[in-house]
Amino acid sequence: MIEASGLSKRYGATLAVDDLSFTVLPGQVTGFLGPNGAGKSTTMRLILGLDAPTSGWVTVGGRPYTDYRRPLFQAGALLEAKAVHGGRSAYNHLLCLALSNGISRARVGQVLNQVGLASVARKRAGGFSLGMGQRLGLAAALLGDPPVLMLDEPVNGLDPEGVLWIRTLLKSLAAEGRTVFLSSHLLSEMSLTADRLIIIGRGRLIAQTTVADFLSSGAGSFVRARSPQADVLAALLEAHGAAVARQAGDALRITGAASDAVGEVARANGITLTELSEHQASLEDRYMELTADSVDYRTAGDALVPGRK
Amino acid sequence: MQTIAPPRPAPSRAPGPLPHFADILRSESCKLRTVRSTFWAVAAVVVFNVATAAVLGALLPAHMSAHEKATIDSIRVSLGGLHLSQVVVGLLGVLVVSSEYGTGMIRATLAAVPQRRLMLAAKTTVFTAVALVTGIASCFAAYYAFQVFLPAGDSMRTTLSEPGVLRAVTGAGLYLTVLGVFGLGLGAVVRSSAGAIAVLLGVLFVPSILVSLLPQSWQDTIGAYLPMNAGDTIYSVHHQAHTLQPWTGLGVLSLYAVIPLTAGFFLISHRDA
Repeated sequence: MIEASGLSKRYGATLAVDDLSFTVLPGQVTGFLGPNGAGKSTTMRLILGLDAPTSGWVTVGGRPYTDYRRPLFQAGALLEAKAVHGGRSAYNHLLCLALSNGISRARVGQVLNQVGLASVARKRAGGFSLGMGQRLGLAAALLGDPPVLMLDEPVNGLDPEGVLWIRTLLKSLAAEGRTVFLSSHLLSEMSLTADRLIIIGRGRLIAQTTVADFLSSGAGSFVRARSPQADVLAALLEAHGAAVARQAGDALRITGAASDAVGEVARANGITLTELSEHQASLEDRYMELTADSVDYRTAGDALVPGRK
Repeated sequence: MQTIAPPRPAPSRAPGPLPHFADILRSESCKLRTVRSTFWAVAAVVVFNVATAAVLGALLPAHMSAHEKATIDSIRVSLGGLHLSQVVVGLLGVLVVSSEYGTGMIRATLAAVPQRRLMLAAKTTVFTAVALVTGIASCFAAYYAFQVFLPAGDSMRTTLSEPGVLRAVTGAGLYLTVLGVFGLGLGAVVRSSAGAIAVLLGVLFVPSILVSLLPQSWQDTIGAYLPMNAGDTIYSVHHQAHTLQPWTGLGVLSLYAVIPLTAGFFLISHRDA
């Protein structure tokens, strides 16, 4: 489990992470989503104690990460794929890390096998492709067989087969009860891999929700209706508490009322409907909507974060 | 309104038991021996020291008068390779730290060992051991190479039992080690390889140029305390005017090395990685 409270990080004039509070639960894949520059990597660095927070705190498994004497057994992290001395072989790179935590050579061989790098284990890491670098980084994260895994943009540079492989691996790790926290700016990838989402923009929390709730809640889904008596219908629906926006011609964009409710209102008042359809915003639409403008962050965030009363 | 999570103090930072320092030492020695730069640097130190001594031993005697041979500090001559090898040891010291920052490896390192000062202590220990062994062994090798290449019966021949000789040859190895540690400290402070190397070369070679612009009396006073002038004394057998005593000189050089090293230990826990 990863817990953050009031986490902020300022670099000079830039507030990279702004009062971020969230919980990453075990047994699930949690996606950490935000546009480039939203503060995802900074947050992960704060979790690992690589950077010190300006204020707030974050714990891994109940303690600050830097308190652990052999942290590779607590959490494994893939931050940058190429954070490797290019002159060292994959095996030696992992061995040097393993030794610091008293992890055996046999385990180094195991993780190399697990990520599919056994055949190039003796090759210099400097010659690796980005995808191989990701696999090496993942191998390092797995060294201590930790209950918490944290991966920054793990699918970057992977080929389709690799993407499928890592998706399956992460899901199975979560199914074993581990906490899996991965960042991405690719929403489509997240919708396939993640169970929960933590969405940030410009360092602030926008939403902390499940993928399913994220899709169905809020302004994203709407009902579209067309009617020759559009004005009358709009007034009736608004009286029922729905929000109605006039669109081109005689079309209405209705939020806050399901299509069956709209149909019922129309029938009860003798209104002719020429179209009645329900629209589910795609994950991308919702995401773009949320992250488009920092002014919207706060309101959108309040509306979406479950459990806030 | 944004609801704020209830303020809760950060869990106690009271550390658990310390990580096994031996494990961290093993990790750091693994890092040092698995990059080629270490191998090349050690080889270069040995080659520079030994080859210079051999060449000087073979060629010099034929071009020197008896008077010159009598007055020259032949131990210092035999250790002439130090002028090159000191730079190599210093560079290796810089790279031991700065290459981790340059490649991003430092983040993997600190994620594995969040006890940063312990990590830097292990790094310093391992590097110092390697530099010490390389330095002393290569200086003795240089000394013997010089003797071997001197013509039989040449007056510049010495033995280790003569006054100051053993101290000078061993001291030359220590001198190299101290310069390496100086480089390591600079690497920890500056973190960029290029920047740290620039500072290293600057500190070694620029002060004597600047001091030479000063009046002679000032030169005599200040000159002895410049890093290289102070360090030179440990591998000289003939004491020259306006220089420090050998061990005092090495001590002064060590102080120069301790400054960036101390700063490095302070900064590593206070800076973002």
